[in-house]
Amino acid sequence: MDGFHDLGGFQGFGKVPHTINSLDYQKVFKEDWEHLGYCLLFLGAAHLQKFSIDEVRHAVERIDVRQHVGTRYYERYVIAVATLLVETGVLTQQELDEALGSPFKLANPAHSPGRAALAGRAPFEVGDRVVVRGEYFSGHIRCPAYVRGKQGVVLHRTTEKWPFPDAIGHGDATAEHQPTYHVQFSARDLWGSAADDGLVVVDLFESYLDKVPADGTAAAPAERRPAAQTVAA
Amino acid sequence: MPHDAHPTVDTTTPAQRAFALEAALKKKHLIPEGYIEGFKDLLGRQFSPANGAQVVARAWTDPAYRELLLRDGTAACAEYGFTGPQGEYIVAIEDTPTVKNVIVCSLCSCTNWPVLGLPPEWYKGFEYRARLVREGRTVLRELGTELPDNVTVRVWDTSAETRYLVLPMRPAGTGHMDEAQLRQLVTKDVLIGVALPRVA
Repeated sequence: MDGFHDLGGFQGFGKVPHTINSLDYQKVFKEDWEHLGYCLLFLGAAHLQKFSIDEVRHAVERIDVRQHVGTRYYERYVIAVATLLVETGVLTQQELDEALGSPFKLANPAHSPGRAALAGRAPFEVGDRVVVRGEYFSGHIRCPAYVRGKQGVVLHRTTEKWPFPDAIGHGDATAEHQPTYHVQFSARDLWGSAADDGLVVVDLFESYLDKVPADGTAAAPAERRPAAQTVAA
Repeated sequence: MPHDAHPTVDTTTPAQRAFALEAALKKKHLIPEGYIEGFKDLLGRQFSPANGAQVVARAWTDPAYRELLLRDGTAACAEYGFTGPQGEYIVAIEDTPTVKNVIVCSLCSCTNWPVLGLPPEWYKGFEYRARLVREGRTVLRELGTELPDNVTVRVWDTSAETRYLVLPMRPAGTGHMDEAQLRQLVTKDVLIGVALPRVA
């Protein structure tokens, strides 16, 4: 889902509001309601077993963009959990509205029913050059858009497997389990010279990747020339 | 009534909505006695960067443990009981003289909770999530960590189930320190990777 939440590389933000080793973190929950986001998340996921953590992430992504931008972190988890409890029939919108004394605005409905993993392919090995499949998917996906279509190198294949997020994030309990791969990219391959010279490692499910054939790679995209410097200083 | 083209503006506060959700669940007797209090204690107190500091200080002083931590981070952290929700597949990433590792979750806030503690506000903020992957060196400098030119910043985006901790290099001048003293150098920000351990 190409939503606002997919922030990696998004430009326009200022400085990170932090100085190293500030002790602000020691008060974990700053206000008396903040623990309810995670506590009720685990109540719904682990105790009531009505949804997965993946569905919670997807529900946060489905919060209307204008509301998403203006809400605080734990607030988004309260909205997501409330949305899933209504969608799974545990609570009704009316019960929430009555408890609040005002309309309780929930996340938007999903834009996609989800999708299955790619099954039956050979696993990748450490050192393999892989390319992130150039797919667009409107549902939940754990592949940041900044690596879509980009090539990287496998550093690690996990020794465990997990349900494919694009399926379980939509409530599909039969989702295929897959390993993930730590794939290393050059930041300059992702954003050209408009990035610092560094490396980025993304933890990607097998279904998001293809192996790059050893006999050569796709042609390099044409280079865009800088705009002419026509404006006098 | 004409259709309202504007989105519904919610004028309630985050606290009101959180307590309303809790009240609606309580009314249906869906919250077991002590459930919320117990989880709050686990998340807010038991999950702590002091746990990660213990792991790193041990790795600095015990080569066999260091080898285990880098080969099977989950097993190494499980020796202390530092596993649990959001800390079930743990990978320690090793700084070297030429590589500085830093952790982020650009898509939400994923963090190795049992070992690092819950993520701080700034880690979950839009600025860090948007900028670190693209301008790692610049963000570190702004936060107060200046790196030599020959050090490459390697950013780890926590996009699946792996939960990371950074194993920093043991600073010079700490040869006389025991494990308990070394733990004091390993802050939450050192475990996330935005800070280097410093000898006071």
